Amino acid sequence: MSEPLLEARDLTKNYGTVEALRGASFTAYPGEVVSLIGDNGAGKSTLVKCLSGVERPTSGTLLFDGEPLTLNSPNDARDRGIETVFQDLAVAPDLDPAANMYLGREILKPGILGFLGVLDKKAMRRKAAEHFTRFGATLQSIDVPIAALSGGQRQSVAVARSVAWASKLVFMDEPTAALGVVQRERVLDVIKRVRDEGIAVVLISHNMPEVLSVSDRVEVLRLGRRVARFKAADTTVEELVGAMTGALSQEDAA
Amino acid sequence: MTNEKTTLSSPADEQRTPLLKRLTGANTLWIGLVLLVLVAVFGAIRPDAIFQVTTLQFLLAETAVLLVLSVGMTFVIITSGIDLSVGSVLVFASVSSAMAMNAVSGGDATNAGWGVIAFGLLVAVVSGAVWGLLNGLLISRAKIPPLIVTLGSFGAAQGAALLLNNGSNVSGIPDRLNRTFGSGTWFGIPNIVIVAAIVTALGALLLSTTRFGRYTYAVGSNEEAARRVGISVRGHLTKVYLLAGTLAGLAGFMGNAFFRVAVVTGHETDNLNAIAAVVLGGTSIFGGTGSVLGTVFGVFIPAVLEKGLVIIGVKEFWQPIAVAIVLVAAVWLDQTRRRARNQR
Repeated sequence: MSEPLLEARDLTKNYGTVEALRGASFTAYPGEVVSLIGDNGAGKSTLVKCLSGVERPTSGTLLFDGEPLTLNSPNDARDRGIETVFQDLAVAPDLDPAANMYLGREILKPGILGFLGVLDKKAMRRKAAEHFTRFGATLQSIDVPIAALSGGQRQSVAVARSVAWASKLVFMDEPTAALGVVQRERVLDVIKRVRDEGIAVVLISHNMPEVLSVSDRVEVLRLGRRVARFKAADTTVEELVGAMTGALSQEDAA
Repeated sequence: MTNEKTTLSSPADEQRTPLLKRLTGANTLWIGLVLLVLVAVFGAIRPDAIFQVTTLQFLLAETAVLLVLSVGMTFVIITSGIDLSVGSVLVFASVSSAMAMNAVSGGDATNAGWGVIAFGLLVAVVSGAVWGLLNGLLISRAKIPPLIVTLGSFGAAQGAALLLNNGSNVSGIPDRLNRTFGSGTWFGIPNIVIVAAIVTALGALLLSTTRFGRYTYAVGSNEEAARRVGISVRGHLTKVYLLAGTLAGLAGFMGNAFFRVAVVTGHETDNLNAIAAVVLGGTSIFGGTGSVLGTVFGVFIPAVLEKGLVIIGVKEFWQPIAVAIVLVAAVWLDQTRRRARNQR
């Protein structure tokens, strides 16, 4: 297998006396979908926060493309092509999909107007439309507020936005939670497309069949530690659940 | 809105809603129509009195000061904030500017020249900006709710203005200032109105075409989302309240030019009038949506009602009642629209 894109070694994270991570490790390879699973409280969210720059680990090392990496803010991660789709979407409901996609990264008009901060709305709309097409987001129109879209469409905008800016890796924290069957399929489809572009996807999910259907690999966290690693093709839901609950563990995983 | 879904199959093809549909979907159009109907109704009843140059001139000039306050208020309300202090800041700026002009002219600035007037403008704008900055910092850094912060500065700025001149009005406004900007006209349009129109146009452009405007909407729509994409929410909120304060300072100077005296009373309800104008104009009190054009309509509806009712002989006491009805109806409409939209 190729070199890991992102590697975390022995991360610990303490919130006061609570140990959320107790020497957790994690590996993501370029161009793969790796699922991160674990029971509630296993430390999935904390791990993702540490890996996306939202929180700083108490100890441990991060390697990115083989180089040591320190993330002080989400912007540090973003600068390296790492994006996150948050569980609660984090879009501005009153802005249209194009505005949301370019929020914080607006395209300005050339010349003096751009210097004055004037937006190039036309260019943003055009590029956003191209992008949504590429990732199969079906929108009625590109200039209605996000709030006027259905839940699934909102989700696809949030996913498409992160994917647009991720050149290396995307974290998706339960992107299919609260979606209908059709919408869920569509998001899983987007995940595969992103992988096919060579970008690594880290999927956090509670839905085991979904994990097995979309992932290349699965890593299991339990009590703040990595307890197992599987190739999705060679494992079963029973094995995953066993690893999550502690009925099964692999010696070499940590 | 069509229910048919269009796949964005050809990327070049821009999926824009047609102009007419966008217009009718916007609150701004309806509120503009209300204004037009009001003018038409009053005009039909008393065409001789309403469409008189002096009536219109006076209506516009009186409204100019409130318009400038309301432009700043529009930005604040779009961030889902509120600024109760604008009227007091106006008074403070007005008094300090008049006193500063008097001070550099040896006690009476009545015959002062342009240099002194420019100095007075600077003092007014800066003192407005300082109050705005104070509001902004307390709201964004100390995380005190805008309602409380600006309720505080509403009282503090008024008190400070009274302290400055021991509670009395300040006279000695330069004649030249009053003649030019207070009562002067340009092709029949009062100059003070031209100033307000320029400020309003700049405000409208700032809000609708620039990154500053986009961030204003984003912060009001979902603060957390704005923060996560790397927008400095604290910095932006500070700037928005700074803008509102600065405009209140400018409005204070315009008031000096118009009334030839810095008055310490009569602005206690400016804040409420500005808020009413902004909300009437279709800006949502919950933040995220709104426009400066709507605010212009919202400023003129109460003004036209007041003038119109007086001219057609209805007791002017009906005016606040009429405005109240329109205001509550406007917010109710906004609520219903949002609920319908968010139910999907």
